[in-house]
Amino acid sequence: MSDAIIHEVTQSEYKYGFTTDIETEVIPPGLNEDIVRLISAKKNEPEWMLEFRLKAFRQWQKMKMPDWAHLNIPEIDYQSISYYAAPKKKSISSLDEVDPEILATFEKLGIPLEEQKILSGIAVDAVMDSVSVKTTFKETLAEKGIIFCSFSEAVQEHPDLVKKYLGTVVPSGDNFFAALNSAVFSDGSFVYIPKGVRCPMELSTYFRINTQNTGQFERTLIIADDESYVSYLEGCTAPQRDENQLHAAVVEIIALEHAEVKYSTVQNWYPGDKEGNGGVYNFVTKRGICKGEGSHISWTQVETGSAITWKYPSCILKGDNSTAEFYSVAVTNHFQQADTGTKMIHLGKNTGSRIISKGISAGLSQNSYRGLVKVGPNAENARNFSQCDSMLLGDKCGAHTFPYMEINNESAIVEHEATTSKISEDQIFYCNQRGISTEDAIGLIVNGYAKEVMDKLPMEFAVEAQKLLQISLEGSVG
Amino acid sequence: MEKQYIELYKAHHQLIKQNSAAVINRSRDAAFAKFESLGFPTIKHENYLYTDLKPVFSPDYGLNFRRLSFPVNPYQTFRCDVPEIYSYQFFVVNDGFYPPKEEHNGNLPKGVIICGLKEASEKHPELVAQYYGKLTAPQNDALVAFNETFAQDGFFMYVPENVHMDKPVQLVNIMRSDVDLLANSRNLIIIEKGAKAQLLVCDHAMDDVNFVANRVSEVFVGENAVYENYKLENTHDKTANLATVLIDQKESSDTLMNIITLNNGISRNNIEVAMNGEKCEAELCGMMIGGGQQQIDNHTTIMHNKPNCHSNELFKYVLDDVSKGAFTGRIFVEKDAQQTRAYQLNRNILLSKRAKVRTRPQLEIYADDVKCSHGATIGQIDEQALFYMRTRGISLPEARLLLMYAFAADVIENIRIPSLANRMKMLVEKRMRGELGMHEGCTLCMH
Amino acid sequence: MLEIKNLHVSIDGKEILKGLSLSVKPGEVHAIMGPNGSGKSTLASAIVGHPAFEVTSGSVTFEGRNLLEKDPEERANEGIFLSFQYPVEIPGVSMVNFMRTAINEQRKYRKLPPMSASDFLRFMREKKALVDMDNKLTNRSVNEGFSGGEKKKNEIFQMAMLEPKLAILDETDSGLDIDALRIVANGVNKLKSPEKSTILITHYQRLLEYIVPDYVHVLHDGKIVKSGTKDLALELEAKGYDWLK
Repeated sequence: MSDAIIHEVTQSEYKYGFTTDIETEVIPPGLNEDIVRLISAKKNEPEWMLEFRLKAFRQWQKMKMPDWAHLNIPEIDYQSISYYAAPKKKSISSLDEVDPEILATFEKLGIPLEEQKILSGIAVDAVMDSVSVKTTFKETLAEKGIIFCSFSEAVQEHPDLVKKYLGTVVPSGDNFFAALNSAVFSDGSFVYIPKGVRCPMELSTYFRINTQNTGQFERTLIIADDESYVSYLEGCTAPQRDENQLHAAVVEIIALEHAEVKYSTVQNWYPGDKEGNGGVYNFVTKRGICKGEGSHISWTQVETGSAITWKYPSCILKGDNSTAEFYSVAVTNHFQQADTGTKMIHLGKNTGSRIISKGISAGLSQNSYRGLVKVGPNAENARNFSQCDSMLLGDKCGAHTFPYMEINNESAIVEHEATTSKISEDQIFYCNQRGISTEDAIGLIVNGYAKEVMDKLPMEFAVEAQKLLQISLEGSVG
Repeated sequence: MEKQYIELYKAHHQLIKQNSAAVINRSRDAAFAKFESLGFPTIKHENYLYTDLKPVFSPDYGLNFRRLSFPVNPYQTFRCDVPEIYSYQFFVVNDGFYPPKEEHNGNLPKGVIICGLKEASEKHPELVAQYYGKLTAPQNDALVAFNETFAQDGFFMYVPENVHMDKPVQLVNIMRSDVDLLANSRNLIIIEKGAKAQLLVCDHAMDDVNFVANRVSEVFVGENAVYENYKLENTHDKTANLATVLIDQKESSDTLMNIITLNNGISRNNIEVAMNGEKCEAELCGMMIGGGQQQIDNHTTIMHNKPNCHSNELFKYVLDDVSKGAFTGRIFVEKDAQQTRAYQLNRNILLSKRAKVRTRPQLEIYADDVKCSHGATIGQIDEQALFYMRTRGISLPEARLLLMYAFAADVIENIRIPSLANRMKMLVEKRMRGELGMHEGCTLCMH
Repeated sequence: MLEIKNLHVSIDGKEILKGLSLSVKPGEVHAIMGPNGSGKSTLASAIVGHPAFEVTSGSVTFEGRNLLEKDPEERANEGIFLSFQYPVEIPGVSMVNFMRTAINEQRKYRKLPPMSASDFLRFMREKKALVDMDNKLTNRSVNEGFSGGEKKKNEIFQMAMLEPKLAILDETDSGLDIDALRIVANGVNKLKSPEKSTILITHYQRLLEYIVPDYVHVLHDGKIVKSGTKDLALELEAKGYDWLK
């Protein structure tokens, strides 16, 4: 492949890079106990919630940013970030009250907020900057006893559930970014699926950073009660800005007996421009616990965005016979850096996990898989299979694999395989010979390479993700 | 825990230097400064997650700064009982090179120098100066800096251009002391262009005291040279054996490292092979057998710095009782090191409920035209194969043993000296049957 | 020689054999036929003592001794041999080492001294000739990289080496072309004697053209539903299994 083609194909732009002109309330930059109190007060939170935040903040103050990842993270001035930004209009009860600009924004992103337009039956919670703007289909879901609302609403309306589960999977002092999130998180989504209920539609949250110099710290809590099922989708975009924006989310999933939770992410935060300016720092802690016997959690992620990604969606397999999966495609191009993977912590008996990770590096990017498989001393008959493949497109990028296996029970069977190779010239030539352009051929081959993961995405997402893969790689190929 | 050593050096650096050669002293203060700033790594350090050095370095040990003479004559203590293997045989007792018998040195091929590092530094200062500390300088490892701070002697081998050693060289490291002892021995091995050498290293501990051996070897393998390094570790449960081997490979050179650990206390091998010329070949393998409270940690790095190099790595562990095994295998492919082929496999069998294994294969790749892979498995002895064997009348314990021998077979097959391979096979099988104890000393070695 | 009475066998709690009885006398050849899933391989596994198969009731005796309380290796050393349908590959264990260990374990069981290396090699050469076993196969690891046919041949070779009193051939004909089948069958026939018995487990009648059985039993749903002579096999071939249900 000639450099000319590479050059030609690398011209695609981030199509979600617009900003929305809406009135926003932003608190001054900086972080101290007063700010934490201010955030809590603005949200009219009960005392226990404020305590949770303050405890996290005090822990965070003593912590250092982790440096073990294969990432080059510029110094972040946490005092120059504003920790709360919200569209000014408050307490929306119907769609008509939503700022038309916001509606237009989500329209542009392809996120249907108008319920009548939804044919696919996806309930959406849209989060702009720090607060949740609108949750659709809430009433329909309520009929089945399903709670799907913004996190702040849950704090007000369902304090017992929040209190019982918040911080049980990701403790407030779990790591630097989780502690930061626990102190200043502003909103996010809350899901509760009652016993024996199969959630009839996909639940979806769309996150959008809009305001300049703000961090986004959303918090998601999903509780699947005994024998329930839910599939949850998460999408994210941000405007194109020269400065880096910070995103530090926490997601907690609790799966009780025989419950099944499927969590899918298509992460497309602004990755920065071709020179490496701007882009989102995505430092996310996602963790689920298979708490009940026979429960199942599955993470699927397609990561194409962000300047820097630090993210390890994990599962604690506590219940006997519980199972977990992690399917990931991570694409990096230009100056992007990603250090992502999973942790599978086997504690219960007869637990199984499966990890399939496909990394694709292009341009000058660095793409790392990092994963832990840990088998506790009492986790009899644990099984894990991991397959981590990396594909390199071009000779200036990096592809890295850092699995950790810590096995403390002799009955475990753990297998890990990883390969790294470049895209096959023979395959491209074969496509060329059949009249397919090199650019299309790469799209085809990469999609084929990632198929095992893409197949795990819900239909609506899969199509989007497929396009995203191709777009992210445009102009990257060497 | 580093404090006592920092004070020790501050108090005794004159004494150390007085009893050491000038070329070795040159980098000593810089090494000390590095050690002082690094301190010993804790288990929070990415490279030392699985080996806690605290119990190793916290106690009080004797160090032999004055170069007092050896309380043992290894030539008398260790007698050859494997007549079919002939080798040039040398001893390092603790951290001092033992004066070899006349007949050994006399027989060496022309131009070859094998002696103590101290002696080499005095007799051939230019040669030593040209190489000593070259591979350790860029290292950011506390054990290496610690060694260079205190090292005074060790093993030196120089094989000049195009000389092929006619026999393997055997280096027997013996720990011998009546009190707890820490030894920082230092080896320098230079295999010049087109030369060939095979080194067998046997690590042993003689006395029932606590030993810490912190060894650092710098190995230079010239263009088209072939270097094979076999290591047999059979010490005892009170020995901490920390060995760093840094290998620099020039174009079209070929190296092999094969490590077999049978008995030990805490072992940590830091092996780094840097392929600094095109078309290099490197093979790294190991068979680790752990029982009791043994801890075995192999930390390997293969640096593919130039195009067209091949590396192959195979480490196997069989762990019983409460033993702990750890493996980190890093394959690094530098930008533009195209046509790299690097393969790595780590396989582990756990025999007991309380045995533990940690494995971290790593690929770090900055070139695109490469074929790299790694694999790691943790499991048990194949139940189906066991049953098949039993239906042929083979008893369960015997079938298990046969499968364990089979597990070790491909590591042993990598040994290129047939008589040594047979010897190792015998020792590994004996160890697996539980018949090979500690303290058996060098009657096991081939000398 | 082999007496099976009212045998019930389960795997993972699911009952596969539901009261099977069978009597095999010295020198007899029995064929067990039946559709897939009827329990043929389970019967073989239960006789040799596969740990996954649980005998819930019934009895199996061999020369008057209770087999069920014996380990798989004891059953083997009593003289029972199973030619596996899918022989497992054992990398790293050489055929020579494997067979020598097996022979010597058997001799130890019979309170005989171990066979010397030279005697063993002579013995092996002799048996190799009997089944046309290639040298290249015996120089490799057990079954590793063997083709389907080579694996089956290797099973018969091991049978020749171990000289069992009762040989159970589990689907030995499956996956073999006609030439390989003939070689394997020849090997089996050469090993026949008035003291030795054989149980052939097969789906098709094809093998029975080469190894002629004295009795044919049809297994269905965990029980023998019909027994007869070799003509029964021909009838099955013509009519299929459905008419027996």
